[in-house]
Amino acid sequence: MFDLRDLYQQVIVDHNKSPRNFGKLADFNHEADGYNPLCGDKLHVYLKVNDAGVIEDVSFEGEGCAISVASASLMTDALKGKTMQESEDMFGHFQHMATSELDEAPDEEVLGKLTVLAGVREFPSRIKCATLCWHTLLAAVKDRPEPAKTE
Amino acid sequence: MFDVEKVRAEFPILHQEVYGKPLVYLDNAATTQKPQSVIDAVRHYYERDNANVHRGVHALSERATASYEAARDKIRELLNATSRREIIFTRGATEAINLVASSWGMTNIGAGDEVLVSEMEHHSDIVPWQMLCERVGATLKVLPINDAGELCMDQLDSLLGERTRLVGIVHLSNALGTINPVKTIIEKAHAVGAKVLLDGAQALAHLHVDVQALDCDFYVTSAHKMYGPTGIGMLYAKEALLDAMPPYQGGGDMITMVTFEKTQYNDLPYKFEAGTPNIAGAIGFGAAVDWLKKTGIDAASAHENDLLAYATEKAKAFDGLRIIGAARDKASVLSFTIKGVHPHDLGTILDREGVAIRAGHHCAMPVMQHFHVPATARASFAAYNTRGEVDALFAALTKAQELFA
Repeated sequence: MFDLRDLYQQVIVDHNKSPRNFGKLADFNHEADGYNPLCGDKLHVYLKVNDAGVIEDVSFEGEGCAISVASASLMTDALKGKTMQESEDMFGHFQHMATSELDEAPDEEVLGKLTVLAGVREFPSRIKCATLCWHTLLAAVKDRPEPAKTE
Repeated sequence: MFDVEKVRAEFPILHQEVYGKPLVYLDNAATTQKPQSVIDAVRHYYERDNANVHRGVHALSERATASYEAARDKIRELLNATSRREIIFTRGATEAINLVASSWGMTNIGAGDEVLVSEMEHHSDIVPWQMLCERVGATLKVLPINDAGELCMDQLDSLLGERTRLVGIVHLSNALGTINPVKTIIEKAHAVGAKVLLDGAQALAHLHVDVQALDCDFYVTSAHKMYGPTGIGMLYAKEALLDAMPPYQGGGDMITMVTFEKTQYNDLPYKFEAGTPNIAGAIGFGAAVDWLKKTGIDAASAHENDLLAYATEKAKAFDGLRIIGAARDKASVLSFTIKGVHPHDLGTILDREGVAIRAGHHCAMPVMQHFHVPATARASFAAYNTRGEVDALFAALTKAQELFA
């Protein structure tokens, strides 16, 4: 029997309560909006990328459920120091984890702390909450003007 | 004597477990469950009577037509409409509003005219009017709500004027539970020559509606929120209005004679029912009306009011809970937020406890904007709910709060 604690692990509850990298960056050169019209979750992601394509700083603002806030908080922690390409690859791995079969162990080596979000696989209606920030990140990397959606 | 256990026994779906817990279904404002009699009526139609209506010369078609038209008569009686010609079957309340906006609206609303809706409308009573106003150059005006979730009736007079053509008001709000003073609104609207459409999607399972006593011009509803099937609803409109309105859709059944030069439209109500209708749905709708009458709307709503009062009392004592919508005149709906727990997380956690509620904007985003919340959690009651289920709801809420502590 799947336990609610598998979804709402203490790490997620903590990140929801005190999200890391929350607020607007003073200095940024990429940004994008993310919006989930189904539940009204809104995110904004700011990126400071240097000439070598490395993410020097990243932050987010917005409101949403615990899964979406914790996911954004964990994501911003994980992205610092990564290149744009590496962050896109990570998105791929994260997306795979969030939608994979339950018996497949998440790739801890690549995803690190982000594996605490693997529990969303058991909750189909909540997968989008976990991936919204990643779609928004991708939109920021690509400088897309329209808000990112999870579709 | 209202016996909730007897009522529950009539709803097969309620007797199941979800994630190993007894199902506590408190999402009735989204859709109600169906009694066995409604399920049987739909099943009987498909098993015994399935045929197209209104033109067959064989036994099955005659039986199907009789059941379909009998459903119309039952709805006419429920609403106390003058004539069966005033009851038009639609896909639901949404289609009924779109029908009025397209047919009556395009003929009677022009540039510079005004349509007045309220801040607590469901999107289905906002967007069709917005689309119409854009098309014809009319203005959409909004009657605001106060922080209790009641209409600001003191502003009604100043919002009504000689350019007001239509007032669209929800009878019972799905997001707040507010019962609106529709009789007063209708009188005031008529005084300036405006027509009134009441959105009764949420109302008919809980309130007595007499369209003649109300003197409303249009009344719409969906069967699935009053123990009937999905995909069927109806428009009531005064016959004189329907007579003057052009058809909404063209096709079979809405004509008496077609040539390439000219088509003669059918009489009411068929003028507005193009194509093969949702026959099974209409028959199920009729069975739902029978069920409501047999159970007693007064007895059922007294029971629901008791549940709402009991739940509201518990909600007020619950730490960090904010009730959204505290109108004096309320029914069936308890909308709320809990400090530190997002409604969607509440929805997921409660679900695992077997408790089904709605979390979201309830298709009433302006209401969320008014209360500065992205979403609310909503428990909504029907005739088959119990005090024990209210207890289960609050036990699950406590669990959610603990999980986030």
